[in-house]
Amino acid sequence: MVELSQEQIEKLKALGRTQKENLIKLGEEFKEKVKNYKASIYTCNATSCHSGGAASVLDAFRESLTAAGLEADVRVVCTGCMGLCASGPLARVEIKGKKAVLYQHVTPDMARVIVSEHVVPALKTEGEVKTSDYLKKQELSLDLPFFTKQRKIVLRLLGHSDPEDLGEYIANGGYQGLMKALTMKPEEVLEIIKKSGLRGRGGGGFPTGTKWEMLSKSPLVDGEKFMICNGDEGDPGAYMDSCILGGGSHAVLEGMMIGAYATGATSGWFYIRAEYPLAIQRMELAIKQAKRYGILGRNIFGTDFNFMADIRYGAGAFVCGEETALMSSVEGKRGTPRPRPPFPTQKGLFDKPTAINNVETLANVGPIMVNGPEWFSEVGTATSKGTKVFAITGKVKHSGLVEVPMGTTVGEMVNDIGGGTSSGKPFKAVQTGGPSGGVIPASELHMPLCYEELKKIGSMMGSGGMIVMDQDDSMVEIAKFYLGFTVDESCGKCAPCRIGGYQMLQLMKKIADGKGTKADVAKIKEIGNAMKKASLCGLGQTAPNPVLSTMKFFKNEYDALLIDGNEPDEENTEKQVKACNINTKK
Amino acid sequence: MVKLTIDSKVVEVPEGTTILDAAKSAQIKIPTLCHHPDLPPTAACGICIVKVGNRMVRSCCTPVAEGMEVITRDPDIIEARRTVLKLTLSKHPNECLTCLKNETCELRKLSADFGIRDTEFANITPSKEEMPLDDSTKSIVLDPRKCILCGRCVEVCQNVQNVWALSMLKRGINTHISPAADNKLGDSPCIKCGQCTAHCPTGALTERDDTQYVWSLLQDPEKYCVVQIAPAVRVAIGEAFGYKPGEITTGKIYAALRRLGFNAVFDTNFGADVTIMEEGSEFIERFVNGKGALPLITSCCPAWVDYMEKYFSDMIPHFSSCKSPHEIVGALAKTYYADKVNVPTEKMRVISIMPCTAKKFEILRSEEMFSSGFQDVDVSLTTRELARMIKQAGIDFVNLPEEEADSPLGSYTGAGTVFGFSGGVMEAALRTVHAVVTGKEMPEDALEVKPILGLDKGIKEMTMDLNGKEVRIAVAHGIGHVQALLEKVREAEQKGEEPPYHFIEVMACQGGCVGGGGQPLGVTDEIRKARMEGLMKDDRGSKQRCSHLNPDVKKLYDEFLGKPLSERSHHLLHTSYQKRELYKK
Amino acid sequence: MAEDKTKIQEDTRKILVKWKTKRGSLIMALHEIQGAFGYVPWDAMEVVAEELKIPMAQIYSVLTFYNYFKLTAPGKVVISICDGTACHIKGGQSVIEAFEKELGVPAGTTTEDGLFYIQIVRCLGCCGLAPVVVVNGKTYGRVTPLDAPKIVAEWRETMAKEGV
Ligand SMILES: Cc1cc2nc3c(=O)[nH]c(=O)nc-3n(C[C@H](O)[C@H](O)[C@H](O)COP(=O)(O)O)c2cc1C
Ligand code: SF4
Ligand code: SF4
Ligand code: SF4
Ligand code: SF4
Ligand code: SF4
Ligand code: SF4
Ligand code: SF4
Ligand code: FES
Ligand code: FES
Ligand code: FES
Repeated sequence: MVELSQEQIEKLKALGRTQKENLIKLGEEFKEKVKNYKASIYTCNATSCHSGGAASVLDAFRESLTAAGLEADVRVVCTGCMGLCASGPLARVEIKGKKAVLYQHVTPDMARVIVSEHVVPALKTEGEVKTSDYLKKQELSLDLPFFTKQRKIVLRLLGHSDPEDLGEYIANGGYQGLMKALTMKPEEVLEIIKKSGLRGRGGGGFPTGTKWEMLSKSPLVDGEKFMICNGDEGDPGAYMDSCILGGGSHAVLEGMMIGAYATGATSGWFYIRAEYPLAIQRMELAIKQAKRYGILGRNIFGTDFNFMADIRYGAGAFVCGEETALMSSVEGKRGTPRPRPPFPTQKGLFDKPTAINNVETLANVGPIMVNGPEWFSEVGTATSKGTKVFAITGKVKHSGLVEVPMGTTVGEMVNDIGGGTSSGKPFKAVQTGGPSGGVIPASELHMPLCYEELKKIGSMMGSGGMIVMDQDDSMVEIAKFYLGFTVDESCGKCAPCRIGGYQMLQLMKKIADGKGTKADVAKIKEIGNAMKKASLCGLGQTAPNPVLSTMKFFKNEYDALLIDGNEPDEENTEKQVKACNINTKK
Repeated sequence: MVKLTIDSKVVEVPEGTTILDAAKSAQIKIPTLCHHPDLPPTAACGICIVKVGNRMVRSCCTPVAEGMEVITRDPDIIEARRTVLKLTLSKHPNECLTCLKNETCELRKLSADFGIRDTEFANITPSKEEMPLDDSTKSIVLDPRKCILCGRCVEVCQNVQNVWALSMLKRGINTHISPAADNKLGDSPCIKCGQCTAHCPTGALTERDDTQYVWSLLQDPEKYCVVQIAPAVRVAIGEAFGYKPGEITTGKIYAALRRLGFNAVFDTNFGADVTIMEEGSEFIERFVNGKGALPLITSCCPAWVDYMEKYFSDMIPHFSSCKSPHEIVGALAKTYYADKVNVPTEKMRVISIMPCTAKKFEILRSEEMFSSGFQDVDVSLTTRELARMIKQAGIDFVNLPEEEADSPLGSYTGAGTVFGFSGGVMEAALRTVHAVVTGKEMPEDALEVKPILGLDKGIKEMTMDLNGKEVRIAVAHGIGHVQALLEKVREAEQKGEEPPYHFIEVMACQGGCVGGGGQPLGVTDEIRKARMEGLMKDDRGSKQRCSHLNPDVKKLYDEFLGKPLSERSHHLLHTSYQKRELYKK
Repeated sequence: MAEDKTKIQEDTRKILVKWKTKRGSLIMALHEIQGAFGYVPWDAMEVVAEELKIPMAQIYSVLTFYNYFKLTAPGKVVISICDGTACHIKGGQSVIEAFEKELGVPAGTTTEDGLFYIQIVRCLGCCGLAPVVVVNGKTYGRVTPLDAPKIVAEWRETMAKEGV
C-alpha cells in the first residue's frame, strides 16, 4: 500500500501542489516503485479463491521469496477475481520479457514449488525455464478461448492490480475520467454518456445518460440530490458486482462521481449486500483513501464540485435490489417497493431526487470518459453497446466471471468460453436473468446476448447470472427452484405476488410430484398472467418468467409429469419425477 | 387542468388528480380494495389496475398526465382483476355469514360485484388455532385471518395517529398485521382509538361487539337499563339508514332506544354540560387563582388519556382530573338518579352509545370508574353497534316519530352538543369561563370560536382576552398532531419558561368524535365536516348555549353536588392518572 | 438476567453513539448490534427506540422483514449452507439434508445443546466452488453430503478444545 502519511501530504501541500498533482504524483511513485521489480506474482484473493485458501498461498509465496532472497525483485500482488474461479486459487507469474504463466488450484506447497522451479531459475538464468510435470499439470493456457474471447473494460484491472493500492489505480489511468469531466461542463459530460449508448447493467437496460439527464433537471431539495450505487446483487448464483466492488472499488466510486458532477448530485450512497464483506471492506477503504486525497470532499481538484459518499448494508432481502425498495431500505425501513411515479429522479431517497445505478454501469463510466463515447459504442450491437460481465456457472467446464462484447452468442459463451458442459453430457439450456429471467434452449445457441433478443425469448439480461444446464437437469425443477426463491423473497405487499406466487408454487410442487393435471397448468398460466399485470414491482411482475419460459420451451417435460398429459409415458414420468425431486427437500 | 381520455371519454381534471378520481368524475367506478379516500394510497391490492398505452398501472396512485389515454375495462384487465380477487379470496375464510362486517365489507361486496362463484385455488387460510383472534383489549378485535394486508390500519395507526401499535411483521406469504414482537394489542401501545377499525375494509379489525350482552340486559326483567347517547352519535347514525352525513336524528334515536327496551333515555350532552362546570372551574382555579399547573389539558377523550399515560406521563399534573361526560352521567345515574327513581343501584345498568371504541376500555380503566360503588357505566356501544341493534330489532328508523329524552339527565345546552367536534370542548368551556370570570355572558356572535374550529389544521391556536389577561389556547385533533404540541410545552417547562399555552384541548380522532373510531365507516373529511355542521346547527338551535345555563345542571348542583369541585363532585366526577408502559412483555 | 439487560443496554448505547446523528441508520445500527450479540435482543431494541427515536413497531417490523437479522441467539457454530442457483444445481439441497440429518434439526434452528445453528443462504459469491458451506467464517467448497458428518465432527472437536 503506497499511502502518503499526513506529514507527507502536508509537505506536498506546502510545496504548492494541488490535490490533483498529489494524485498524479502518487501514480508516478507507484510506477517508480514497480520499475525495479523483475517479476510479479499475481494471486487471486477474491471471494472464491480466498475461500479456497488463497491467503495462505500468498503467505507461502512471500515466505519462499524471502527465503530465496528475492523479496525486493518479485512483487507479490493480492488481486481481484481473475475470472476462472472454479479453478482457483489462481496465480499468474509474470517475468519481465517472458510470457506470463497461469497456475490453477494453487496450494501453499505448490506456491513454494512455483518459486523454486519457476521464479528462481527464471530470474537467475537466461534461457528457457523447465518446470516439473507437477507444475506443468497445473498450468492453464492463457490462449484458452475463455481468455481470448473476452473483452475487458470493467474487469480490466481485476487480476492485474492490487485493488487496495490507490497509486496503482492512478498509474493505470484511474480518476483520469473524473479529472477530464471536471474540465467540462456538466451538460457535456451528460452528452458523452448519452452518446456512448451505455445502458443500465442492473437488469432493466435503461439508458444511463437519459436517467442522469432526468436527475440533472430535478432541482435540489433542501440543497440535496443523491446518487445511489446498487450493489445488492440478490440474484442467487451471480457475483459480478461483488467482484467488481471487491476488485475495483475506486472505479465504481469514480463512475458515481462523474455521474454526480454531470447531474449536480451532492452525495452518494453505496448499498451493498451484507453477505459481501470483502466488497464492503474494499469500498470502505476506497472512500477513506478518496477522502484522504481530496477526491471526495469539498472543492474537489480545486473546482466547485463537492461530493461525499457513504455505505449502507443490505440485510438479506432480494427485493431491495428494486430501486424504490432499496431507497426504503437505506432510509432504515422495510424494503417494500413504492409506486412510480413519482420516479426516484423526481422524489427518491429521503424524498429527494435520486439516480440509482448498478455497480457495473458505474464501472463503465470512467473508461468512457477517458476514451470517448465512440470507443465504447463501437463494441456491441446496434442497441446494446459495450460489454457485459457474466457469471457463468452451473454445469459448465470453465465456470467463472467473464466480460464479453454485447452480441456474443449463447453458443460462444457456453461452448467456447465455458468450454462446454462440465459433465460432458449434452447441453440443454442456459438460464439468464436469474429469478426474473427465463431459459434459452440449446436450439437457440446462435442467439446474440443483448437486451432485445433476451427479452424477445422471454428472458432478460438481468444482472448477468448465467446458469448452464445439461441433459440431467429437470426444467420443471429449475423453474420450481426459482419460483421458490421469489416466493421467499416477495415483500408481501401486494396480493398478486404474495398469494399468486405462493399458489403457483404449490401447483408447481404438485406437478413436480407427478400429481398435476392440465387444469393445474392452466391455473399456473392464469396466475402468471395476473402477476405480470397486477404486481407492483419488478419482482412480482417477472417472478412467473422461469415457469412460463420453461413451459414454453420444455412443454414435453411438463406433459410427461401430468396425470392427464398428452403422452402418458409411465417410465418417462417416473424418471422426470425423480429428476424433479432429486434435489428437493422432503 | 389536465386533459386526458378515459375509455374514450375526454376528461379534464386538476393536475395531480389520480386516474381513479378522474374516472370517478366521469362516472366510471374502478374497483378498489386497499384505497381509502381518507388515506394516501398504499398500492397494495392490485385490483385497481388500468391500461395506459400498453402499460398496466395502479389507478389509485397514478396521477393523470396531459394526453393520457386510459382504458379501465377490457378483457385483459378484467381477467387480471378477477384472478387477483380470486387469489385474495383463496387466503381468506369463508365466514361472511357470521362476520361482524358482513354488511359493509368491501371484499364481500367486491366479490359480489365480480360475480365470483368459485375461488378455484386451494384455500390456504390458516386455522383459528394457527392464527388466533386477538381480543385482548376491551375495545377492538383483530382477526388476522380476515386481513387482506391492504395496509390501511398501519397507515392510520402509524402515520395518522402516530401511535405505532400496529405494524406489518415478516414478509411474503407470512406477512401479517400485529403489534411488535407479536404482542397482543392489549399489551401494546394501542390507545383503542379504533381508527384502524373504521378504516379496515374487512372484518379483520372491528369494534368488540357487545350487542348480545346488551340484549341480554334488556331482556332481563330484573335489570333497570339506562342509556345515554354521545353528542356525535346523533349526526352520524342516520348514515346507516340512508340519511346524509350530518343530519340530526336525535329524536328518532331516543324513540328507537325506548323501543329497544331501555327504561330511561338520557343524553351524554348533559354530562358534557357538567364537565364544563367542573373543568371550567379547574381552569379558573389554575389560571385566575394560580393553583395548579398550566396549561390545563382536557381529558374527556379516553384514547388521548391512554396516549398521555403511555407517551407523555410527565404531563399528568397538567391534566384535568375531570371525567369524561358519559362517565359523569354514569356516576350520576347510579347515585343522583337512582335515588330519585328509587331503583336499587345494583339493579341499574348504564349503557353508553358512543362514537368511540376507546370508551369500551375507559369504563374499566381505573377504580375511579366505580365511584358509585358499582361500575358507573356498564357497557359502551359504538354508533355502529347501535345501528345494528336497531336493525336487529326490526325498527323502521326512518319513519319513527321523534321523542324527547328523560329527565333529569337528558337535557342539554348547545355547549354540550359541540363536544362532538374538535374545538367544541374548548368552545363550551370558554363560554362558561368567560361568564364566570367576567360576570357577563358572552355576546351571541362570539359564542362560536372560529379559529379553533374546523378540520384544516391539526393544531389550531388562538388567544382570548379574559379580564385583561391573555389566554393562550391550542386545540389538537388526530393524536398524531399532539406530539409536536406537547414537546413545546415540555421544552418550555424544562427551560423554566412561561408555558406556550394555558389551555389545551386534545381529541384523538381527526375532527374529534364526529370522526370517531366507532362511527359509520367510509369517513372522509367531507363527512366529518358535514357531521360537524350538523352539530353546529344543533347548537345554534338550542334554547341555551352555555353549560352553566342548563337548568337541570343548576338543579343538580343545588340538590346534590353543592358546587363545582366540591368533595362530592371530586369523588364522583373526577379521576387520576398514572404512567403506563408501552409494552407488557 | 437483570445484569444481562443492563450490559446489553449499555453496550447498545455505545454502539448507537455514532448512528444517532446519521440519517437512515436503523439497519446499520441493527447490523452492529447483531454483530455484538449474535442476535438482536429486545433489550437492545428498547435502547434503539429511545436513542434513535424510532417506534418499536418499526424496529420490529424491519427486523422481521430482513432475513439477515435474528431475534434469538443462534448456536455457537453457525453453519451456512448455500442454496443459490449454482450450488442448487450442483446438489446443494442434498448437502442441506445431510446436515439436517447429521444434527437432527431442520434448517433455521439450533440444536438442543445450543452448539450448532443451520441456516440456508442464497449465494455466498463463490459459486465457482459450488456447493458451498461456510462454518463460522470458514469456507468449504465442493461439499458433498458425505462431508457433512466430517465437518460437524471437526467443529465439535474445535469447540471442545475451546472448552465450550
Ligand atoms: C426484484 C428486483 C431486483 C433487482 N436487483 C438488482 C440488483 O441486485 N442489482 C442491480 O443493480 N439492480 C437490480 N434491480 C434493478 C434496479 O431496480 C434498477 O433498475 C437498477 O439498479 C438501475 O441501475 P442501472 O440503470 O444501472 O441498471 C432489481 C430490480 C428488481 C425488480
Ligand atoms: S468470481 Fe467468484 S470466485 Fe471469482 S473472484 Fe469473484 S467471488 Fe471469487
Ligand atoms: S410485486 Fe411482490 S415484491 Fe413487488 S411489491 Fe408486490 S409483493 Fe412486493
Ligand atoms: S371479512 Fe368480508 S369477506 Fe371476509 S368473512 Fe367477513 S364479510 Fe366475508
Ligand atoms: S348468501 Fe349464499 S351462502 Fe350466504 S347465506 Fe345466503 S345462501 Fe347461504
Ligand atoms: S385502536 Fe388506534 S391505536 Fe389501537 S391499533 Fe387501532 S389505530 Fe392503532
Ligand atoms: S387489518 Fe384490515 S385494514 Fe389492516 S391490513 Fe388487514 S384488512 Fe387492511
Ligand atoms: S376523539 Fe372521541 S371518538 Fe375519538 S377516541 Fe376520543 S372520545 Fe373517542
Ligand atoms: S476468485 Fe480467483 S479467479 Fe475468481
Ligand atoms: S386500490 Fe389501487 S392497488 Fe389497491
Ligand atoms: S450459488 Fe452458492 S455460492 Fe453462489
